[in-house]
Amino acid sequence: MDLIASHITHRFGDLAVLDDVSFTVGAGEVVAIVGPSGCGKSTLLSILGGLLQPTSGAPELRGAPPADSLNPLTFVFQDFALLPWATVEENVEFPLLHTRLSAAQRRALVDDALRRTGLTDFRATYPKQLSGGMRQRVGISRALAVKPAILLMDEPLSALDSQTRELLMEDFVRLLADGGMGAVYVTHNLEEAARLADRIVVLSRRPGRIREVMTVPMTRAARGEASAREKLLALQNQIWSLIRNEAIDAEREVQHA
Amino acid sequence: MLDRAATEAVAKNEATRPVRFRGAGFVPASSRYGGWIALALVIAIWQAAGSAGLVNALFLPTPAAIVRAIYQLAVSGALWQHLSASLLRIGVGWLLGTAAGVVVGFAIGLSRLARSVGITFISALFPIPKIALLPLLILWLGIGEEPKIATIALGVFFSTAISVYSGVDAVPRNLIRMAQSFNVPFATIVRKVIWPGALPAILAGFRITASVALLLVVSAEMIGAQYGIGAFVLQAGNLMQTDQLLAGVVILSVFGLVVGKVIGWLETRLLHWR
Repeated sequence: MDLIASHITHRFGDLAVLDDVSFTVGAGEVVAIVGPSGCGKSTLLSILGGLLQPTSGAPELRGAPPADSLNPLTFVFQDFALLPWATVEENVEFPLLHTRLSAAQRRALVDDALRRTGLTDFRATYPKQLSGGMRQRVGISRALAVKPAILLMDEPLSALDSQTRELLMEDFVRLLADGGMGAVYVTHNLEEAARLADRIVVLSRRPGRIREVMTVPMTRAARGEASAREKLLALQNQIWSLIRNEAIDAEREVQHA
Repeated sequence: MLDRAATEAVAKNEATRPVRFRGAGFVPASSRYGGWIALALVIAIWQAAGSAGLVNALFLPTPAAIVRAIYQLAVSGALWQHLSASLLRIGVGWLLGTAAGVVVGFAIGLSRLARSVGITFISALFPIPKIALLPLLILWLGIGEEPKIATIALGVFFSTAISVYSGVDAVPRNLIRMAQSFNVPFATIVRKVIWPGALPAILAGFRITASVALLLVVSAEMIGAQYGIGAFVLQAGNLMQTDQLLAGVVILSVFGLVVGKVIGWLETRLLHWR
């Protein structure tokens, strides 16, 4: 199943946020969206996931999702969005409650998702008892439980410390390794984009337009090797040179707001 | 480098002194028995002043006299007669007002149309002292239990509706968007996200409405009732039986405390995740 951003333009009142953004996320492909602060990255993701109506243009799907997918487009949120009154297990089961699955089938999906994210021993804990990294693991586990075709990840690591970020990044690489699941990965962190994405969509300062779409010239598996480090760094520098001046302008604009 | 080493050597020979602790106080905590000790102290002084004849028993009976009055009321059966009448009015009035308040509060919290209409009416009617409506309610509903119960229900309704829609408004939108992103149906979002999310505000509202119900039952019983704690207190006042009057006040206070404890227990049970 492909996800297509088709000429998406969005305004919040008088404020133009996105301007004619078009690109396609192919089946199993990971596309990162980067750009200066306030360029509309998260707004674009909300539109792609059907949580926000664009002013014009539309998100579209092409092809059928995998037969076992319960929620083809599934978000992983920056702030985790966990139900604080529910245990880890209940949080992961939450999106399955309204499906036609039996209790046993739900249990099997939850068990599998918890196992894949290393949360099996934490199933009875409440979110407030977990660290930020573990909370995001619950968010990922919840997303995996519905077997998504495409994960929509809105800066999923930005609320975490650098060590936890590194560990979760390794998890993302592992989860996306088999190509069965695609992702749109919104981030301001160029290193994350370079490590995870097949292609990187670079947006301009607000209103966000596509400045460039860059292909990462190696497989994700190869990026862990020492020889790849230099190429990835060069790619990051190339993206940074594209957005640096606009990032400075955007930062000043935010400070003066 | 040499200078620094010399300075350090001199410094090591000087006597040390502890850094003064400056972080005491400004902690919103109370000592465990402080309140009870203060209460006992006040009662003891009150009793001593009454026993020594420093205070006229007609104006302020001693705590012992109040306890005796409560005991006599209990033995004679009058306590239960008055208390049961008040409890019935509070119970029925509170339940009716709460049920209506929860329904209307949720409607306002969830529907744009209900919000526009509901908030206008609530803003206009909430500030009216509900006891002022009792004569009108007597005219409409007769002189039985109905107008008293309706007065309590009205008072409880407005506070409940406000606390419920405030609670619904306070549910983090990101949780609702999360549920929508999984195609969770509206009814499940209300049941699994909005209801538990609004529960802290709703329970806080219950504390307020319990006090409102107590206030209104006493006022309503003072205006038109033969039995009930309010009627009893008024009657005792008219007959200058201040020990009986204060016995009624103490019973009201104990009732308020018990309700507070019950709501506290509910909060502990239902909001353990906080």
